[in-house]
Amino acid sequence: MNSLISVLIANEGEALTYETHSWLLPETAEIIYGGLASVLVIGALIKVAGPMIKKSLAARTERIQNELESARATKSAAEAEATRIRTALGDINGERSRLLAEADAQAASVIADGRARVAAEMAETEAKAMADIAAASGRVQDELRAEIKRLSAIAIERVVAQSMDDKARQDLIEGFISKVGAAR
Amino acid sequence: MSTSTLDAYISSINTIASAEGVLPQVEAEFSAVVRAIDANESLRSKLTDELLPIAVRQSIVEQLLDGKGHRITAQSLALVIGAGHARDLRTISEKISAGVAAGQGRQVAEVRSAVALSEDQQARLSAALAKATGSEVNLKVIVDPSVVGGIVATVGDKVIDGSVRHSLDQLKSRL
Repeated sequence: MNSLISVLIANEGEALTYETHSWLLPETAEIIYGGLASVLVIGALIKVAGPMIKKSLAARTERIQNELESARATKSAAEAEATRIRTALGDINGERSRLLAEADAQAASVIADGRARVAAEMAETEAKAMADIAAASGRVQDELRAEIKRLSAIAIERVVAQSMDDKARQDLIEGFISKVGAAR
Repeated sequence: MSTSTLDAYISSINTIASAEGVLPQVEAEFSAVVRAIDANESLRSKLTDELLPIAVRQSIVEQLLDGKGHRITAQSLALVIGAGHARDLRTISEKISAGVAAGQGRQVAEVRSAVALSEDQQARLSAALAKATGSEVNLKVIVDPSVVGGIVATVGDKVIDGSVRHSLDQLKSRL
């Protein structure tokens, strides 16, 4: 271990210095070997990876194509649905209009019936009220007549009783005797 | 009371009073007492009250006669009331009066007046009624204030109404 460390320390002491022919370009052999290696590598890549890449691209293209088809079909379906919805909306509007018109007609009919019924009831009530008033009036008149008759009878009786003194009573008795005696 | 029972009482009273020779007096007194009872609602209800002892009811009649009536009258009234026939006193009285009048060839004339009639008026009225009915009458005068004035005379089935009450009733019916 100590010897290895000693070698490394020794190498540190001996600086390795070399220089290339251009600060930019590598050495010619390096270019040739590097170029050949690159061609080999690229060729191998084309040979080995090309079909895979092609296959992958074809698959991707197919997948994208499928997705496009699917999107197109979805779009068509969406458009069809939109058309159906628009149609349905139109139908709904028509139905709504029809229902509103029907409701208006029914309401008008109900109002007309109600008015007719109310008018009939009013006429009936008025006729009944008039009959009741007439009956009540007749009854009140009868009661009033009977009351007047009763009070008149009482008044007459009181007046007669008050005016009936002894002389009047004797006159009546004498008148009765004379009348009965004159009979036959 | 049945008619036969009633007739039995009337016949008994007539027979006894006739035998004693006081039939007209008994008839007049009997009739006066019955009229007094008829005119007094309280008296009538007491005499017809079955719960009141007979002796009490008989004493009421005796008080009415006040010892002035004939004993036959008092006994006859006591007999009828004691037998519980106070309700039939009026009928009995009317039949006794009719019997007495018939025995004399007369009719009973029931006369109602608001005031009492004098002897002269009774005599003239008897004559007038006799002339009107064609039969002599025994006058039975009843003072009835409801007549107001004038006279109502009933002879048998005939009614001669000259009362102010009748005129008032006619006036009421015309109103």
